[in-house]
Amino acid sequence: MGFALGGVAGGMVTLVLAYAVVAVLLPWALGRHRRVMACAAAVLPAVTAIWAVAHAGGGVLTEQVSWAADLGLSIDFRLDALSIVMLLLIGGVGAVALCYAGWYLERSEALMIGTLVAFAGAMTGLVLADNLLVLYVFWELTTLSSFILIGTTRPERAEDRRAATQALLTTTAFGLLMLAGFVLLGQTAGTYQISALLADPPGGAAAEAGLVLVLLGAFAKSGQVPLHAWLPAAMVAPSPVSAYLHAAAMVKAGVYLVARFSPAFADTGLWRPAVVCAGLVSLLVGGVIALRQDDLKALLAYGTISQLGFLMVLFGHGTRTAALAGAALLLAHGLFKAPLFLAAGVVEHEAGTRRAGELSGMGRRLPVTAVAAAVAVASMIGLPPLLGFLAKEAAFEAFAHGGWDAVVLAGIVAGSVLTTAYGVRFMHGAFRGGEGPVRIADPWGMAVPLAVPAAAGFVLGFLYGPLQKMIAPYADALGADDGYKLALWHGLKLPLALSALAIAAGVALFLAAGRRYPATPVRWPVPNGQRGYNRTARGILVGAHAVTKWTQVGSLPVYLGVIGATVLVVPGTALVVAMAGDGSPDVAGYVLRGWDDPVQSVLGVVVIVCGVAALLTRRRLSAALLMGGVGYAIGGLFVAQGAPDLALTHLVVETLLLITLVLVLRRFPDRFPPRRRKRSAKIATGVISVGLGGFIATFLMVAALSRTDRPTGPGYAELAAEEGADNIVNMILVETRALDTLGEITVVAVASMGVIGLVLSGRRVPRAPDGKPRAGEPEGDDRGRRSWLASPGRPALGVTPMVPAAAAARLLSPAILVFSVYLLIAGHNRPGGGFVAGLVAAMAYVLRYLPGGRRELAAAMPVRPGVLLGGGLGLAVATGAAGWGFGGFPDGDFLASEVLLYTVPVLGEIKLSTSLFFDVGVYLLVLGLVLTILTTLGASLDENVLEEDVPEESGTGAGGPADGGASEGARP
Amino acid sequence: MTGPALVLVLAVAVLFAAGFNLLMERSLIRIVIGFMLLGHGANVLLLLAGGAAGSPPLLGGKSERPMADPLPQAMVLTAIVITFGVTAFLLALAFRSRILLGEDEVRDDVEDRRVHTGQRRQEPWAGGDAEADPLEENTEQESAEPGRTQQKTTGQADTGPGDTGHGDGAKGGGA
Repeated sequence: MGFALGGVAGGMVTLVLAYAVVAVLLPWALGRHRRVMACAAAVLPAVTAIWAVAHAGGGVLTEQVSWAADLGLSIDFRLDALSIVMLLLIGGVGAVALCYAGWYLERSEALMIGTLVAFAGAMTGLVLADNLLVLYVFWELTTLSSFILIGTTRPERAEDRRAATQALLTTTAFGLLMLAGFVLLGQTAGTYQISALLADPPGGAAAEAGLVLVLLGAFAKSGQVPLHAWLPAAMVAPSPVSAYLHAAAMVKAGVYLVARFSPAFADTGLWRPAVVCAGLVSLLVGGVIALRQDDLKALLAYGTISQLGFLMVLFGHGTRTAALAGAALLLAHGLFKAPLFLAAGVVEHEAGTRRAGELSGMGRRLPVTAVAAAVAVASMIGLPPLLGFLAKEAAFEAFAHGGWDAVVLAGIVAGSVLTTAYGVRFMHGAFRGGEGPVRIADPWGMAVPLAVPAAAGFVLGFLYGPLQKMIAPYADALGADDGYKLALWHGLKLPLALSALAIAAGVALFLAAGRRYPATPVRWPVPNGQRGYNRTARGILVGAHAVTKWTQVGSLPVYLGVIGATVLVVPGTALVVAMAGDGSPDVAGYVLRGWDDPVQSVLGVVVIVCGVAALLTRRRLSAALLMGGVGYAIGGLFVAQGAPDLALTHLVVETLLLITLVLVLRRFPDRFPPRRRKRSAKIATGVISVGLGGFIATFLMVAALSRTDRPTGPGYAELAAEEGADNIVNMILVETRALDTLGEITVVAVASMGVIGLVLSGRRVPRAPDGKPRAGEPEGDDRGRRSWLASPGRPALGVTPMVPAAAAARLLSPAILVFSVYLLIAGHNRPGGGFVAGLVAAMAYVLRYLPGGRRELAAAMPVRPGVLLGGGLGLAVATGAAGWGFGGFPDGDFLASEVLLYTVPVLGEIKLSTSLFFDVGVYLLVLGLVLTILTTLGASLDENVLEEDVPEESGTGAGGPADGGASEGARP
Repeated sequence: MTGPALVLVLAVAVLFAAGFNLLMERSLIRIVIGFMLLGHGANVLLLLAGGAAGSPPLLGGKSERPMADPLPQAMVLTAIVITFGVTAFLLALAFRSRILLGEDEVRDDVEDRRVHTGQRRQEPWAGGDAEADPLEENTEQESAEPGRTQQKTTGQADTGPGDTGHGDGAKGGGA
């Protein structure tokens, strides 16, 4: 096993894993009952919230799952005060949103519920992660869930697709920047563990750059201006998704990251000014745009951007009171924004629209929803005694100390004014008007879930003591200041005055500018993030188009030429430079010689002549025969080199290749199409080819002469002696490098399947309609009538049956098969082995096919080639898996071989290595490959020949390549 | 230090040069032939780079010559069989091309040519819609089937609150 899981795995790991299991199993088990499914899905988030509360005020919990310890990769989890606040939000709002979804969705959306659970799990992992890379993985998992959840309900609508893609592109693009930042930070600090990194924060330019990148990722995730456009666009998602992902949980990830890093980095470099400025801009811009929205959810979305900016200011400031306010507001925002989104969903559900201009009297029809929304808005604008009031008081207090803080204070007061104005606008827009008696129509399945968090915001306003206790460990880490505590009453001081001012001014602002639906058009430009996104996307597309225009000319030869020229220019230049410099090999001992063995010179010349001739020939069949010449000569070279196994395999392969080529070429015209290439192109290809040949030759000489280490190959001799195998090459193939061989035979199997697919797909089953035999075949069906020496049939090449040859093949083929089995078993000690034995066995079938045709092949073939391919591969894998069996599962090695000793009565003692079974797998697979070629490129092409070429060839007597021209003429 | 014999190096050079030249042809069968030549060249290259000729790597043989390195032999052996399989696959491709197109020539890629000559599938009307999604402009034509009501609304649909529209982006995209 490449890795071992270990370490202290406890509650947190189990929790995250439980989410993964539930996300998959729940929709599968309960997909038909949407309400039951939704409520069941809400259980795990609720458990998470309770678990988090149970740990509140306690110490820090850590867990570690070590994965690849050598690489420093481990999965660290850590639970502290900040994580607890986030978990409370994730679990609490998640449970509420999931219950609500059961009544909100019209039909059962198993995918949506499952993805929501998966998202909750990813978010849980994100806030528990104590490792930058683990955090990144969970971060992107939330992005992916967001993509699915935005796009899944109505993927047929262009707007939904666009919103989903935009959210995905924006957050992943900046997520990648953030990853780069993580790597910079991790490398500078020497650790990727967040707690260790924050305990000893790295400095320097690299760390600064890393922090800026991390901040960009956080800003994009939390919809900070100007990277916010995706968030309002994502409002096409159903309300529970908006409430959970795009208000309470996911968009908080960026804020969470800032909150996590602030204690260590707030006082260094750019951090505080950058975060506070970005937050203030979002706070104000988001508030202004929200005040102009007609669409209720868009209003809330811009309000979210504004509030997230507020949170950025508080956490980015990095002082104790600000952090206290931030943590309280983090919780408060989830508890008031989620019910507002859910309320907007109820209104849309009941009224069929969420445009404020078209709504009237909803407050009277939905009193419970309206009251819950009013409580939530009260918390949002900071009315006592709600949770939002506690947070806002603390925020004003945090910046009430003059200096630059006064500017920030002015900004957040202005932001609060805007918050009040758009909060009142939401209430007014959604629930205003109506008269006369109406039927109260609160849908309880939705109204109850949305009332829960709103009520929680009210109750928590009084529970400031426990709340303070819960978040104090986080805030206290920022150093002691005046010891501010959350409370409803701090006396008549500046913060209270500012709260009153913000509410009064906000109501005034609403009365002055916020009462029209839709808002009156204005002349001043409204900041438009969507336009920025569109321009960027178009710019990238135009750039891609321009690049494609220059690089993709569409001509395969040009592409290959470019690749070849690149090989010449880059490594070629390097080779020349190295040879000119110090890197030239030591040629002192090299004796320049033409050949080691006179045979080599003859064979080498044959290779060269046949190769050049194959390049120049104009006839296809000549090229095939010349390739045979090249191949056999190379087989001879292998013998001269001292490689009998290689030579044996190569010669058989060459024979089979020659036959395959000829079989395929039956279907092609005799001559190649004329070369229609311009002189300049001919010169270019010529230069590149000759250059490449020269480069390879030079490389070969340099590589061979530069050897400094002793080859490892001879070392295998001792290993082979220990194993009791005399054939070292075979031992390497089936034992030491068996995994490589397994991979290679898999390639062979895949190639065979490709051949089957390419040749047989889309073909109708060729069968004569009235049962009459086709021309060229004698009467009668050979099925059921096994003829003695040869099946009557047309040969593969030619038309007249070749009975003597077919009979000879029948007699010979058993002997060949026996010989192949000998080669297979002897391969352990003598030249042979699975590859060559399989090829030789295949020759038996080739021999029967060539004179006998496809009927003879069908009669000869024991099983379909696919069975041999799959069986061979399966046997090889099973042998490998048996290695585990011998050693016990975790300790044994895949593909370990064992030597088994048997005593057989007659034959005596037999020593059997399990690697023989592996070799049998190879044997079957190679046989399967050749039979595949015979049935597809051979026999099935015969059928085509029969169908199409009969009229033309009846007189020629040779159905070979010579009639190709005729068949070409017959083609449209 | 015994480097490879010159005639073998020359053979490798010729195999690679001829193979690559054939690979840049347009006839698929020529390309397959080129691929086979390259395969032969690579096999011989691997074997020669592995060391000088020697006696077969079989234990128990009686030979004065030193044993040849078995490792490159094992690598070449699998390479031979894989080349066989892949060559068969390429031949099947050539055959398929002949069945479908009536010839075995590789033509220029039509889409690439169109991009290269600067034409776009996009029609002028698509460029005039300033609110259109830049990523979907190319596919809009295909999705505009009759009888799909939502197409009518797509144009004026709320493409993100706060949008005040702009008329330059789409034209830029059509350049």
